[in-house]
Amino acid sequence: MTRLVIEPVTRVEGHGKVSILLDERNRVQQARLHIVEFRGFERFIQGRPFWEMPVVVQRLCGICPVSHHLAAAKAMDRIVGGERLTPTAEKMRRLMHYGQMFQSHSLHFFHLASPDLLFGFGADVGKRNVLGVAALHPELVRQGILMRKYGQEVIQATAGRKIHGTGAIPGGVNKNLSIAERDELLADVEQMVTWAQSALQLAKDYTLTNLELAQGFGDFDSNYLGLVRADGALDLYDGGIRAKDKAGVVLFDHLDNQRYRDVIAEEVRSWSYMKFPFLKALGPANGWYRVGPLARLNICSSIDTPLAEAARAEFVRISGGKPNNLTLAYHWARMIETVHAIEKVRLLLHDADLQGTDLVTSGERREEAVGIIEAPRGTLIHHYKVDRDDRVTMCNLIVSTTNNNEAMNRAVTSVARKYLSGVEITEGLLNHVEVAIRAYDPCLSCATHALGQMPLQIELFDAAGRLLHRMAKGMAAR
Amino acid sequence: MTTTRILVIGFGNPGRLDDGLGPRLAEAVAAAALPGVSVIVDYSLQVEHAAAVAEHDLVVLADAAVAGAAPFTWHELPPDAVDAAAFSTHVVSPAGLMALAGEHLGARPRAFVLAMRGYEFDEFGERLSPGAADNLAAALAFLLPALAAGRLAEPADGVVRT
Repeated sequence: MTRLVIEPVTRVEGHGKVSILLDERNRVQQARLHIVEFRGFERFIQGRPFWEMPVVVQRLCGICPVSHHLAAAKAMDRIVGGERLTPTAEKMRRLMHYGQMFQSHSLHFFHLASPDLLFGFGADVGKRNVLGVAALHPELVRQGILMRKYGQEVIQATAGRKIHGTGAIPGGVNKNLSIAERDELLADVEQMVTWAQSALQLAKDYTLTNLELAQGFGDFDSNYLGLVRADGALDLYDGGIRAKDKAGVVLFDHLDNQRYRDVIAEEVRSWSYMKFPFLKALGPANGWYRVGPLARLNICSSIDTPLAEAARAEFVRISGGKPNNLTLAYHWARMIETVHAIEKVRLLLHDADLQGTDLVTSGERREEAVGIIEAPRGTLIHHYKVDRDDRVTMCNLIVSTTNNNEAMNRAVTSVARKYLSGVEITEGLLNHVEVAIRAYDPCLSCATHALGQMPLQIELFDAAGRLLHRMAKGMAAR
Repeated sequence: MTTTRILVIGFGNPGRLDDGLGPRLAEAVAAAALPGVSVIVDYSLQVEHAAAVAEHDLVVLADAAVAGAAPFTWHELPPDAVDAAAFSTHVVSPAGLMALAGEHLGARPRAFVLAMRGYEFDEFGERLSPGAADNLAAALAFLLPALAAGRLAEPADGVVRT
């Protein structure tokens, strides 16, 4: 098999690139998903004062800046010895995080996933997009827009602004939630709960109606990893690390965030700028894992909000209590989390602690800290070292999409094996590859969004490494 | 006399060098505090911006361009332009945004795309390249008087302003 070199342009553009490698008999040997990963970020922040981190890290990504903001803030809490936040500070951050989860999952479901689910994977690309959905289901699209908008308003009220928010600071937050802000959010929250339940119903019905398709579409066993609360419940903001294997056996539980390196290592492969994390105890071949909504539903013991917990129980029943291994079940899991997030928002908006004035705490200064959060796409790890002059000297980030790297490659390989016919990339193959990748909601946006980019490119190589065919789709260069 | 309501959306990642052209332009427009001109700064165009678009009479969508003419191009989007972003970009295109506003929020104002040529995108940094900084200055010199006058128009001689 020929070793491929990634074209420089791949690093620049915010698009995905898939290489399919055939063997001597023109069968799919392996498919590789190349995703832009931020490079040079460590260099960018080295030497900067640590208190800038929660704001500066938002430069990484325009899609989930709140997740980076909070993960960095959690690490900096420990740097200043302020990890035991005041009730107001922790609840403000949680509200911010649930707002982010709600808007991100809503955007993914309505804007990216619903066209696939409503029209089928093989539908004409001219129709299989959000505008196609809009033509047939205008109310659905309107709800998606307004759910996303609501989540952004929660972020603005808690982070201070939608872009480059400053709400979380080392040891706490810099604002509480005013009565006016609370009342404005309360005015629409019941509507949001109702719409989230409708979206959940749609995702569940789709999965159950198409279970046979889902069981043959990028389905494979894996390990699963994420944070859980002390009682094992789903906790998107904080908790110990739990991992389960394909049978649902707990591999380790309630591991202190600061010790993530005891259990996780990262493998470098020559063809990818993105690393491949794995569980040390199992090694790179067997230790890779999945994160994100599906993984979180698979590892948690319960959910502490009633609507989402009822949905989780049904979700678990489908796979007989074992981890659900279906790539397409990510959509259902994501909508369960959407309901959970808005239930938590509703609860918090009725909590008077949000109007508290004790916002910041501190304690014994440390020089190294880890902050981990469950971002919309999965577990996000921030690790920093800070010198005595308050300057950052080391930074290691493992983002959610990196944690799912091996899983996405396997999903693409599985789909390519099933849908590649001959030695030509067809529109059908490209569509199915897209759907498989999209289920993981990878963030391809750590790069830029400048006009003139191409979101997806697929290349087919023979056993000798010769390019047989190339196809690209998405926004044409303008 | 009713003031023309103009919305300027400058988008891009200000932490990725020249990708910050859109936000820089929007911040400069906001600083000018022109009557009737609203400004949104964001990383990318998102579906919820359609709600703001529908509340204005004219819209300017300002972004960096990885290719094309310098210092910038300026063109009006055709009123029926449709371009739904696909794959996992999580963003909408200018035409997709306008289509959403028109079809679901009841108003599709005239929209102009201001694409400022950038040159450096492939590392983190909050500076603009010298060429991009010149292009930003040229774009502002063109746009601010037009906004102040409340009149935006397609140049008769094509899309490129130099």
